[in-house]
Amino acid sequence: MALEQYLRERLKHKDMLLMTHVVCGYPSFEENLKALEVMAEFDVDLVELQFPFSEPSADGPLFVKANQAAVSSGVHTRDCFQFMKKVAELFPFKLLMMGYYNTAFKLGEAEFMQSLQAAGGSGYIIPDLPLEEAGEMHRLSAEVDLDPIILMTPTNTDARLKTLGEAAKGFVYAVARKGVTGSKTQMDAEVTSFIEHCRQYTDLPIGVGFGISDKTDMDFLRGKADIAIIGTAALKKWEEGGEDALRGFFSELLG
Amino acid sequence: MSKTKSHTSSNPLNTMPDKKGYFGEYGGQIIPPDLIKIMNEINDAYDEIIQMESFQTELQMLYRDYVGRPSPIYLAKRLTASCGGARIFLKREDLNHTGAHKINHCLGEALLAKHMGKTKVLAETGAGQHGVALATACALVGIDCEIHMGEVDIEKEHPNVTKMKILGCTLVPVSRGTRTLKDAVDSAFEEYLKDPVNYLYAIGSVVGPHPFPKMVRDFQSIVGREAREQFLTRENKLPDLLVACVGGGSNSIGLFSAFLEDESVKMVGVEPAGKGLDTDDHAATMTLGVKGALHGFECYNLQDKDGNPLPVYSIASGLDYPAVGPQHCHLKDIKRVEYKAIDDDECLDAFMQLSRLEGIIPALESAHAVAYAMKVARIMSKEDTILVNLSGRGDKDADFVANVLSL
Repeated sequence: MALEQYLRERLKHKDMLLMTHVVCGYPSFEENLKALEVMAEFDVDLVELQFPFSEPSADGPLFVKANQAAVSSGVHTRDCFQFMKKVAELFPFKLLMMGYYNTAFKLGEAEFMQSLQAAGGSGYIIPDLPLEEAGEMHRLSAEVDLDPIILMTPTNTDARLKTLGEAAKGFVYAVARKGVTGSKTQMDAEVTSFIEHCRQYTDLPIGVGFGISDKTDMDFLRGKADIAIIGTAALKKWEEGGEDALRGFFSELLG
Repeated sequence: MSKTKSHTSSNPLNTMPDKKGYFGEYGGQIIPPDLIKIMNEINDAYDEIIQMESFQTELQMLYRDYVGRPSPIYLAKRLTASCGGARIFLKREDLNHTGAHKINHCLGEALLAKHMGKTKVLAETGAGQHGVALATACALVGIDCEIHMGEVDIEKEHPNVTKMKILGCTLVPVSRGTRTLKDAVDSAFEEYLKDPVNYLYAIGSVVGPHPFPKMVRDFQSIVGREAREQFLTRENKLPDLLVACVGGGSNSIGLFSAFLEDESVKMVGVEPAGKGLDTDDHAATMTLGVKGALHGFECYNLQDKDGNPLPVYSIASGLDYPAVGPQHCHLKDIKRVEYKAIDDDECLDAFMQLSRLEGIIPALESAHAVAYAMKVARIMSKEDTILVNLSGRGDKDADFVANVLSL
């Protein structure tokens, strides 16, 4: 089922969906699987599997550390695709590849898309690939029915949002604030009006991410966003106390 | 080609990049989309400022009265005699205020930041040369400066650290990862992303996303314009060969840019072969690299099979970068510039020879260019001339070299 359709189907039964994030091979693939099991328990709808890259320029310190550790421990692109395939077989949620452009460039853009499709991915988020540079990637992914997830940000002009809206597929990733992943975002009227602003330029579901960390944030977003995106906060919990801490985190988040 | 051919705006290689920031297939803006707008604002402000007479007057005045430009070209007679071939000339960027070519673009970037109403200028530094030059320019222009530097480099480059502190910049030690240049880039970039509207990330070379490769080249092009005129005046012809070291590629592009249309002038960019091209300890990006995207632009880089940049090494901290400026990549592909590698031993030998034959202690980075010039001078005719960009002085390296050579 196409990503957008899948999300719309899920949205009939839930007021807001949840997308989570795992850095492939950090701390290990085994631990990734345990984390994903917890996520599945809480009926997570969508997971970004980050393919580690040593220079993750849109990520904050925790993800930078996780990426670099995974790279150092010998996690390769092909391991990530294999892992994705396994995850796709084991779990019901949809999967997105998240990573940096050089990973795709190095493998070859066409091969990258074929591998992603073969691994059961639904799309990809490449934060350092702006629309201006994405022509070939978008063309290739359209051929194999994979969705490029487009980011809208508070600094985009109306003209820019219009262009982004036209290129978007699956859903739109609205970045709640400036900067890298992992810092606290003040959920306020500014975020609300930004989401509303994004809606003027897309009919797709809107996911909101960057800095979402607790139930208050979730309550705030409910009715405004279609998908809440949790990244750093979950990894932080995993680092604090593994499965139990992560389970506690999601219970509280969704409680 | 006429040796007096006018050489200003009609150079197609210098009108590069295209609107999207590409030099052939290299360059561009491989950055989070949020930054595209910011980078384009910088590009627009830059295009505007370079048309302003007041800006040009101020920059030229600072180049003359503050940096001490024009830097002379000097015929290294004893070095030439010792090689026994082509005459070797040095473009003395080592005589600039702060001791290297970096001040040329730092002044430009600091003035641009001021013009754009930015509140803070940020950058990373490896050896500390860019950091010192930027801190100097910011002190002069009166704008806050924050430099990120790996803890390993802080220990190694103590004199530059002290200078930056004296100059009033905020020095942020970086303790993550390898605690060197690459991590300093991550750390500075992260800080920059917190408020790119009010900060300017002053990139230290002709690298990074568009418009930096263009802007830094333009600011550095003073080196080549001066050298071309000085050489013509002195020798009534152009040099046969230009030689400059290449890390990111700022001093070399500065020299080369004025000569790109002069078909008779050969150019060689010299990369660090470190402990040898057959080892893992080098930074010969052009010689052994492949195409990829790193730090916001497409270029040749040294990377593993998954596209992660490889650890790089050079005896000269200013050259150990796994990527290289996009214009250099293009000049390599169209065979306008050749890229050669010089190892640590050859570099140290040139460092000592230039010091003892000419009384000029070069930066270890620049000593790579000197070493290559010495190597080829021997096999060139006495009628031939080589112009080497002596991009910096070696004060910062003196203790290190004395230690390595047990002097």
